Amino acid sequence: MPIQYYIFLSLALFSIGVMGTMMRRNAIIIFMCIELMLNAVNLLMVAFSNYWENSNAQIFVFFIMVVAAAEVAVGLAIITLVYRKVNSVDINILNRLKN
Amino acid sequence: MIQYSYLIPLFPLLGFLINGLGWNKIPKSLAGVIGSSSILASFVVSLAVFVEVLSPSFQGPFVQHYFDFIQSGTLYIPFAFQIDALSASFLLIITGIGFLIHVYSTSYMHDDEGMVKYFAYLNLFIFSMLLLVMGANYIIMFIGWEGVGLCSYLLIGFWFKNHAYTDAAKKAFVMNRIGDLGFLVGMLLVLYHFHTLSYQELFDTIQSSADQTNMYTAIAICFFIGAMGKSAQIPLYTWLPDAMAGPTPVSALIHAATMVTAGIYMIARSSVLYNLAPIALDLITWIGLATALLAASIAIKQNDIKKVLAYSTVSQLGFMFVAIGMGAYTTAVFHVITHAFFKALLFLGSGSVIHAIGGEQDIRFMGGLGKKMPITKITFLIGCLAIAGIPGFAGFFSKDEILAHAYAQQPLLFVALLIGALMTAFYMFRLYFLTFTGSFRGTEEQAHHIHESPKAMTIPLMVLALFSIIGGYIGLPKVISEKHWLHDFLSTAVTEKELHELSHATEWMLMGVSVGLVVVMIALAYKATQKAQFSAAKGLGKVLEHKWYVDELYQAIILTPLNHLGIFLQQIIEKSGIDALVNNIGTSIQWLSTRVRLLQSGIVGSYIFVMVLGIILLLSIGFLSTIL
Repeated sequence: MPIQYYIFLSLALFSIGVMGTMMRRNAIIIFMCIELMLNAVNLLMVAFSNYWENSNAQIFVFFIMVVAAAEVAVGLAIITLVYRKVNSVDINILNRLKN
Repeated sequence: MIQYSYLIPLFPLLGFLINGLGWNKIPKSLAGVIGSSSILASFVVSLAVFVEVLSPSFQGPFVQHYFDFIQSGTLYIPFAFQIDALSASFLLIITGIGFLIHVYSTSYMHDDEGMVKYFAYLNLFIFSMLLLVMGANYIIMFIGWEGVGLCSYLLIGFWFKNHAYTDAAKKAFVMNRIGDLGFLVGMLLVLYHFHTLSYQELFDTIQSSADQTNMYTAIAICFFIGAMGKSAQIPLYTWLPDAMAGPTPVSALIHAATMVTAGIYMIARSSVLYNLAPIALDLITWIGLATALLAASIAIKQNDIKKVLAYSTVSQLGFMFVAIGMGAYTTAVFHVITHAFFKALLFLGSGSVIHAIGGEQDIRFMGGLGKKMPITKITFLIGCLAIAGIPGFAGFFSKDEILAHAYAQQPLLFVALLIGALMTAFYMFRLYFLTFTGSFRGTEEQAHHIHESPKAMTIPLMVLALFSIIGGYIGLPKVISEKHWLHDFLSTAVTEKELHELSHATEWMLMGVSVGLVVVMIALAYKATQKAQFSAAKGLGKVLEHKWYVDELYQAIILTPLNHLGIFLQQIIEKSGIDALVNNIGTSIQWLSTRVRLLQSGIVGSYIFVMVLGIILLLSIGFLSTIL
């Protein structure tokens, strides 16, 4: 398969992720969109790795997956706590630290 | 003995440290003993050193190196003392007269609560003065130079509770600073061109390269500006009359006998340099002449006993500078020596008078004091005869020598100086007659109080009177003696210019003219003081009484514009310039931050949006920069 397919796919995924992060107010959706962006990058990495026949990029993919896993663990925990406190995961009401 | 010359300044320094550190523990009587004995000790050492310098086996200047004072790159300033004929003579004068004045002060300052402090300052002064004359390079001289300036300031403002006195002290200090700047610039010029400040090295270099006249002139004039400040020459002389605010022994020691002659010493020390700078010498002659005449004319109309003596000092310093300007350095030093004797005597005599009538200084309220104070009267008379130039007294020989040199150089100069000498005779005898003869014009209470001063005061007067008589015989004129002792003695240390010789007949004639006219002036002074009526002066007299309005002139052309400039800078430049700028920066930052603060809205979505925008921006910049 030509490399362009992968590029366009991950571009689409990344853009969906960005738009989702910016437009949605639900913290969990935003979280999922961030994951989407990370995976778009991962996909691209693997595609390029294959294209150049060089496995270095795949190492980075592993790193990113590990970081993402850690981030999910922390992030979801925060969101759970927030939900317990305010009964909502809407980010626009999470401005109590202001002032 | 000469290798122990470091002891000379050491004793006064010790005296200063003891009295200065223990000023609130040491009893008054002890302070006087400590102060006087330290000076006596250094006088004894000076005498021994002088005798050694006098001996025929003494060859050239003796330079003793103690330690390296400054060593940085090519700059090398050792802490070293130089003893030769010139510095040995000055050492004797400073410690000798200094000792007498210390003894005098033990009695004069007896009732003063700050007596211990007074002696500490006095010892510090002697120490600085000794550094000034003993240093083997200009830096050591400059340390002493500044030290005596400081002590002068401290002692003029000794009675600091009186506001006018502290003003006088500040005036003296500031005026001296103007001169010191000139001296400093001169030193830097020397350092820049010759890379040394040591006398011997410098003069050797100068003598081997005598063709840079312009540079020598510049250095010589800079040094002379320093001498102007310290030795009270036009235009920097106005501090000296005001300096009379200090205790009278201080006026005698600092503002008559020693410190004010530092300028003469410095120029005599640099004689090699000045001989190669004829323009500077001419300048010195003219400024000295103008000072001599101006100050003498002012002294005629002053009524404060110390002010008369102060202007007299300024005038006599003018005479010395005329001698220097003619290249007759040893004559100037000769006059320094005789002047130190008789002017210290006159000041101490006036102190005795002031002491006797309880602080009164106005000669209009004196008179007839001679009956009750015979010793003061006779010694004062000797001082007056010496300064007026009556043959046989010290002042005659030195002043006559200056006049003779002036005649040989330029008869007009002689005439001008003679007028100055006549004015000197007039105002001194006016002072004498008003103070000691006639009837007393003060209050009943004062008349009752008049008494001869105690022994501690009269003995220094008598010693100084003795030297005011015999002091002149160290330099007999050519017509009397083939050998001018002081000239021969100093010629090892000072390089004289070639001077014209006068024929003996001319010299006798000049002496006769000046002595005859001086006697006439004394008679005139006697006649003028017999009326003893003091009407308000008119015309020229009023101008003289107001000191030619020089203080007012300085006020108008320097102080007032400076003040206005200061007010302008403060009110306009500072208030609406610098202050406004700083305040506006502050308020605009405050205003800006109230706006910027709104960006932190707390809405996470907008943060993310801005973040994404930022990333896009950065990426596009990176992208654009790669394709461009």
